[in-house]
Amino acid sequence: MAMDMMKKVPVREQDPQVRAHNFEEVCLGYNKEEAEAEALRCLNCKNPRCVQGCPVSIDIPGFINKVKESDVAGAYAVISESSALPAICGRVCPQESQCEGKCVRGIKGEPVSIGKLERYVADTAREMGIKPQGAAEKKGKKVAVIGSGPSGLTCAGDLAKMGYDVKIFEALHKAGGVLVYGIPEFRLPKSAVVQKEIENVQSLGVEIETDCVIGKSTTIDALMEEEGYDAVFVGSGAGLPKFMNIPGEQAMGVFSANEYLTRSNLMGAFSEKSRTPIMRAKKAVIVGGGNVAMDAARTALRLGAEVHIVYRRSEAELPARAEEVHHAKEEGIIFDLLTNPVEIHADEKGWVKGITCIRMELGEPDASGRRRPVEVPGSEFDIECDCVIMSLGTSPNPLISSTTKGLEINRRKCIIADEENGQTSKKGVFAGGDAVTGAATVILAMGAGKAAAKGIDEYLSKS
Amino acid sequence: MFRIERVEALSSNIYLMDVYAPRIAKNALPGQFLIVRVDEEGERIPLTICDYDAEAGTVQIVFQTVGAESYRMAQLKKGDCFADFVGPLGRPSDLCEMPLEELRKMKLCFIAGGVGTAPVYAQLKWLKNQGVTADCIQGARSKDILIMEDDMAAVSNLYICTDDGSYGINGNVCVALQKLYDEGKRYDRVIAIGPMIMMKFVCQLTEKLEIPTIVSMNPIMVDGTGMCGACRLMVGGEVKFACVDGPEFDGHKVDFPQAMQRMALYKTEEGRLYLEAKEGATHHGGCGNCN
Repeated sequence: MAMDMMKKVPVREQDPQVRAHNFEEVCLGYNKEEAEAEALRCLNCKNPRCVQGCPVSIDIPGFINKVKESDVAGAYAVISESSALPAICGRVCPQESQCEGKCVRGIKGEPVSIGKLERYVADTAREMGIKPQGAAEKKGKKVAVIGSGPSGLTCAGDLAKMGYDVKIFEALHKAGGVLVYGIPEFRLPKSAVVQKEIENVQSLGVEIETDCVIGKSTTIDALMEEEGYDAVFVGSGAGLPKFMNIPGEQAMGVFSANEYLTRSNLMGAFSEKSRTPIMRAKKAVIVGGGNVAMDAARTALRLGAEVHIVYRRSEAELPARAEEVHHAKEEGIIFDLLTNPVEIHADEKGWVKGITCIRMELGEPDASGRRRPVEVPGSEFDIECDCVIMSLGTSPNPLISSTTKGLEINRRKCIIADEENGQTSKKGVFAGGDAVTGAATVILAMGAGKAAAKGIDEYLSKS
Repeated sequence: MFRIERVEALSSNIYLMDVYAPRIAKNALPGQFLIVRVDEEGERIPLTICDYDAEAGTVQIVFQTVGAESYRMAQLKKGDCFADFVGPLGRPSDLCEMPLEELRKMKLCFIAGGVGTAPVYAQLKWLKNQGVTADCIQGARSKDILIMEDDMAAVSNLYICTDDGSYGINGNVCVALQKLYDEGKRYDRVIAIGPMIMMKFVCQLTEKLEIPTIVSMNPIMVDGTGMCGACRLMVGGEVKFACVDGPEFDGHKVDFPQAMQRMALYKTEEGRLYLEAKEGATHHGGCGNCN
């Protein structure tokens, strides 16, 4: 095969015109030939900078070498040493700012497509029926993990491999956290991918109790004092949606991205089978520029709407992954950049009929280092729409911190925990993921879950 | 899975169930709610808790068949299971947090409308156990759909009223409250639980009579833990989430017109699903509107 070594082997995707009307996965992934051709592009650096860029330090050249040798089982074993959820990370990690962002190949050409290779290995291993290896010996100690999202699953998986008895407590009726309620099917298939990776974690001996809201159905104190847990990991995420507090936000047809996506993803409302309703808008305005905004926009599009993304900064500042922005544009989503909502208008029955926005321009850099958007006076204009979806970020839920004695939080309501080992202000209680950092990424949460598993092991080995 | 231990039809469309859910039974307090899901494709439905038995591990719910999901719930029998049953959610009634001495001095009047009678029962029973017997006005459209009369009478000074005058005081709950007031009854607090329209009118009356009033809101919800914001409502000019800030609020501060409007969000879709559940299909042909 003649190939340009400076460029990635292109990955096959569903045609934008077709996928705009279905919920099947957009990216089709590499086949064997494509994966092995792409693997050949890896220079197998002595000092692999990609590994430094990975929050869970996967031996990237190591697994890519196995792919070169057509040894998928070997590649999967290398990844499994560091990650319990490779099929998920291969799909949702922001590789461009992590592993691929550091790849030496990227200096003169395109970096190695590490994410797509990881996905290839995980998907192929799953098809071959390969499972991760469990612990040989039990330690006889119990750990409770709160939340079954990326940090909880990673922490639970690692602890089970070390020989601890681990039980995950999940508030919703399905395990997976944001992987299930937040990220849509067309980006991360639920039964084919997420469910299988959760089953892998269960096959290590991890138990999962759904429908249990810690802080309500029971408390951390009760788990430790009455149910005999020796340590607890809190990975409860950042679930509370933010609104703008502008006039008209209570109108019918205004949703948080959390609600809209939860209806579609967790409850399956996009499918005819589900009995949970979802608004099928004619014209939807999504406010925000992160991955969640892209997910909400592309969901609304698939449910039949013309979709506008309204974002107050410019394209360069969009916090979403480059691939998501690219996909959204391909599918026909309209970006109204340097634009900010001022007021939502409702008709006499209370339904959204439009939104007034104001143009913005970029001023001096703010605390985040990004140039601060400033309103252009007198530039207000109206967008007609029947649906507005607020995607402004989320903050941690106070359910746990407010019901656990001695668990300290900061002023953003995030649990205070040591970055090295997840230790909180309360003895035996560790935390990580969005509950600690505020809304971030799947892979950072996994990194924190991993660090906490190590911290818990050290703590329990001493006591 | 959560096993149904008992089913009782309280009227032609109101059902009582005891469900085995030990975590909820152990931790529930009056005023809180739970979320139930019939099966894998079902909606998450919030229901206020009416009773709980920590020893037996059971929780009691009472519901009316008003839509597709509650219709499906009513088809379940003893021994069947709910796919999901999660709680207790929301904040308990603030009566639960009051010092007992203060609570015993308070003159309380509960107002229970229709299926809202069940959550009122939870509060009255809890108060009775603390040695407080409150007054309670229980309203129904007509005698034949009155529920839980004996249970309610056992835990309160019960006044029954019916809209059609077929039993008790002739008139709705507002007529009954005004009557008690005119007879010289004075209350420190009214707690009204029932249809939104009833709570709205009770609040209008108690505002005039200057009685602080608590209502229990039951808006559209999804997760019930503060995650989605579907249940948001305006209370005293501020956005509140019924699931975590409530469900009980100062009734004089609740924006009822808006809350009632928001209930209509999925009306058409719900109606269609209800027909589907009852009749197996919504497209019977012949109406000219189907395609």
